Amino acid sequence: MSIATPAVQPIQPAAPQDADFEVVRSWKAPIALSIFTVLSFLLLVVFGRTGISTFRLSTTSDLIQLPEVELPTQLTGIVISVLLLLITVISAWLVRSRARVPIWLIAVFAVLVLIGFLSWAAADKTIPVPGLLFGAISLAVPLIFGALGGVISERVGVVNIAIEGQLLAGAFTSALVASLTNQPLLGLVAAMFAGVLVSMVLASFSIKYFVDQVIVGVVLNVLVIGLTGFLYSQVMAPNAATLNQPPRFERINIPLLSEIPIIGPVLFRQTLIVYIMYVAVAVVYYGIFHTKWGLRLRSVGEHPQAADTVGINVARTRFWNVSLAGAIVGLGGAYFTLGSVGAFGKEMTAGAGFIALAAVIFGRWDPIRATLAALLFGFASNLQNVLSIIGSPVPSEFMLMLPYLVTIFAVAGFVGTSRGPAASGKPYIKS
Amino acid sequence: MSEVPHDLQHMSKRDNFRSLLNRIDHMKLELRGITKKFGALVANDHIDLTVEAGEIHALLGENGAGKSTLMNVLYGLYRAEEGEILLDDKPQHFAGPGDAMAAGIGMVHQHFMLIPVFTVAENVMLGHEETRAGGRLDLAAARTHVREISDRFGFDVDPDALVENLPVGVQQRVEIIKALSRDAKVLVFDEPTAVLTPQETDELMAIMRQLKANGTSIVFITHKLREVREVADRITVIRLGKVVGEASPTATNVELASLMVGRAVDLTVDKGPAVPGEAALSVKNLTVLDPHGQILVNNVSFDVHKGEILAIAGVQGNGQTELTEALMGLQQRVSGEITLDGKSLRGHSVRQVLDAGVGFVPEDRNEDGLVGEFTIAENLMLDRSNAKPFVKRWNVQRSALADFARAKVKEFDVRSQGIETPVGRLSGGNQQKVVLARELSRDLRLFVAAQPTRGLDVGSVEFVHERIVATRDAGTPVIVISTELDEVAALADRILVMYRGRIIGIVPGDTPRAVLGLMMAGEAPAGEGAAA
Repeated sequence: MSIATPAVQPIQPAAPQDADFEVVRSWKAPIALSIFTVLSFLLLVVFGRTGISTFRLSTTSDLIQLPEVELPTQLTGIVISVLLLLITVISAWLVRSRARVPIWLIAVFAVLVLIGFLSWAAADKTIPVPGLLFGAISLAVPLIFGALGGVISERVGVVNIAIEGQLLAGAFTSALVASLTNQPLLGLVAAMFAGVLVSMVLASFSIKYFVDQVIVGVVLNVLVIGLTGFLYSQVMAPNAATLNQPPRFERINIPLLSEIPIIGPVLFRQTLIVYIMYVAVAVVYYGIFHTKWGLRLRSVGEHPQAADTVGINVARTRFWNVSLAGAIVGLGGAYFTLGSVGAFGKEMTAGAGFIALAAVIFGRWDPIRATLAALLFGFASNLQNVLSIIGSPVPSEFMLMLPYLVTIFAVAGFVGTSRGPAASGKPYIKS
Repeated sequence: MSEVPHDLQHMSKRDNFRSLLNRIDHMKLELRGITKKFGALVANDHIDLTVEAGEIHALLGENGAGKSTLMNVLYGLYRAEEGEILLDDKPQHFAGPGDAMAAGIGMVHQHFMLIPVFTVAENVMLGHEETRAGGRLDLAAARTHVREISDRFGFDVDPDALVENLPVGVQQRVEIIKALSRDAKVLVFDEPTAVLTPQETDELMAIMRQLKANGTSIVFITHKLREVREVADRITVIRLGKVVGEASPTATNVELASLMVGRAVDLTVDKGPAVPGEAALSVKNLTVLDPHGQILVNNVSFDVHKGEILAIAGVQGNGQTELTEALMGLQQRVSGEITLDGKSLRGHSVRQVLDAGVGFVPEDRNEDGLVGEFTIAENLMLDRSNAKPFVKRWNVQRSALADFARAKVKEFDVRSQGIETPVGRLSGGNQQKVVLARELSRDLRLFVAAQPTRGLDVGSVEFVHERIVATRDAGTPVIVISTELDEVAALADRILVMYRGRIIGIVPGDTPRAVLGLMMAGEAPAGEGAAA
């Protein structure tokens, strides 16, 4: 280059000096881990219990019987505390050297805390592991259906606060229809219709009339609680024998698979609804990420105007997908009455819809992750059940908080940076 | 980018590819008497427009003149009250963009219609997806499709890249690919250069010529005169919703501007020589990192003197944005020294920086400069929301605010229906005037204006430039960050060129465009000498 340029001052770039930086490293993980390490140490060692903790791994009907695992409670507590300390130190060292703490390390940590806590609680008692897991799945089924509906709905751009109402409507309708017809399958179909109906109200108001989606959702929840409560006490309860005694789905043991040690009895000795759930999770995942339907659905939820300019009808796409979401959530509602409890009860969903919503966010709007999150919440709920049955030293009132504590910490601690569909909750108003 | 279309045989080997080269079918577009009203506002008033097959037809007009409305009518997004659209003399009825696309009309929108979290291939296939067994999206086909169009025009677009990670210039190419993949015969570019750097603009001009050579008719909506004269075959000028005339590309800038604005326009900034005083702002070894530790601004040092305009030039994304944000206290990981009149600014909150006498016009006025739903008056007091005379105790002093707002609206010629109008309803030019009015109404020790005229019409550009020069003449040090070389040349007393977070050089204001262009591409200027 030989163009005459007067008064030029090239500045030599120099490498930035590390020492000068106020570097913000994320100490979140090590701090959280050390708090848990201290708490675990206090519980397992300082207030440690003596005895033998027994874990039963097989049910009596299993083909392959695994031996029971017996751990000396005190020694287990000490070993686990040392391991926890080790992981905490490793994570601190990783952050110091500016590496990230891998997620599997945190998972190992969590499993260790869990084993430590279980063995502490089960000193001189027996924990039935298959029962614990089986119950966790049972409690997670409605959450998973709810979360799938939530994922679809939010991915297409409509915030679905009404999951709770859809579950409750599904539970009520399925109990009613199944009792009248004596056909659990018809109850299942009716539950889907009920879910769709609630969804359509949500969809019409939020898509056609641009009413705030959160408000419509909250109002719908209250409406469904009121409506089912009224019908229950006025119509259903007085005629319980004919209107509220639905036949339940039979358990179906899947040959071979149900004989796999530990997971067989847990996963493959379930009712039809649970098998439908397995399929639903896979289909929704595949559909959202690998098909035309999913691509269009996501585009509408991310950037409706862009979808509109390539000829996709935003309002129609939103309406039908929110309706579909309602049908899926309705199935979850049916599980309450046809799968687990066996009869409708007033407000029997008890906030499951909101936990499902938390699972959607914790699972970052991904069907598989949301399912895992729902399983975690289900596990926390069932842990409380199992421990109160075997008689643990923890007050049951405290244990009742556990699922919700797990929810809050999970959503607040891990979601932080996750990003939902850009246009979720925003009405698309065409000029 | 220098690739010319590949030879014909290479393309015609593929049967599944609908090559424009093989089917040279031109299409003539005619709009007759289009009228579109929004309430009482007549956005388009009986507009006639004929675009002959294979020509580049520029639609010139200021912001708010009705160009985009007209094109949205053409694209089926708006329904016109009157008038008709003809393609090859056949009347068309578009119920939505789908119909328009099917008829062969493609559009590159001003705000890109791309899904940021999708890949290029997914964006291109959206709306006309091909699937394989099991309903699975045929991404492989979409990839090949993107690659073929991309190769033909030398676009260099990776089909698997996420759109949000691409520079705007490349995103625009994705929009073009999207339209071409649907066999567009008439391609509408809506203000395509508003977001582009000079180099990208030149490349776009080349692409448009190439498209035209392939038989595509192009409607080029813009308010930038230089581009129109460079590339257009014919020019239709629109003002206030009406066609006010046609011009040929040989018309001078002044003629076109006068036609567009409706009065004589002075295109050169009236600016006397700078009278620089002592150094006011001093930046030493400033380095900015992003949250992941990536270096955004790399060890930058410079001074700004009282009474001078320092322009920071560079291609978008070379650290200018982060540099200004670091000055304003908007960046987290900053090292080095920033001193204003001897006092350190580094590590202070935005509030403290503003109180130290820094005026700031942010790059994106809608995102960072204004609250769209707030009124003009409320936006004018945003920076003093806790200070007298606008707030006493906890009460907003409505009358004091109204007096202030009325005075500012008058002084800065903000055109609106009154100070209670939400800022979001103003045109870009008037919005920017509100930002300027707010920032210039404090006692300033430093004025920082980032992309001050981006997306503004000629009249507003003129106004903003005058105010910036007036601020300098009042003795305030001024920093102007701009990717527009025209603007840099018009305003700067000294020019600092940034490239990849570093200062490539600081050169005088009258440095030739060619030299600046090379510096912006990372080539350090030859020669050494004492700089100001």
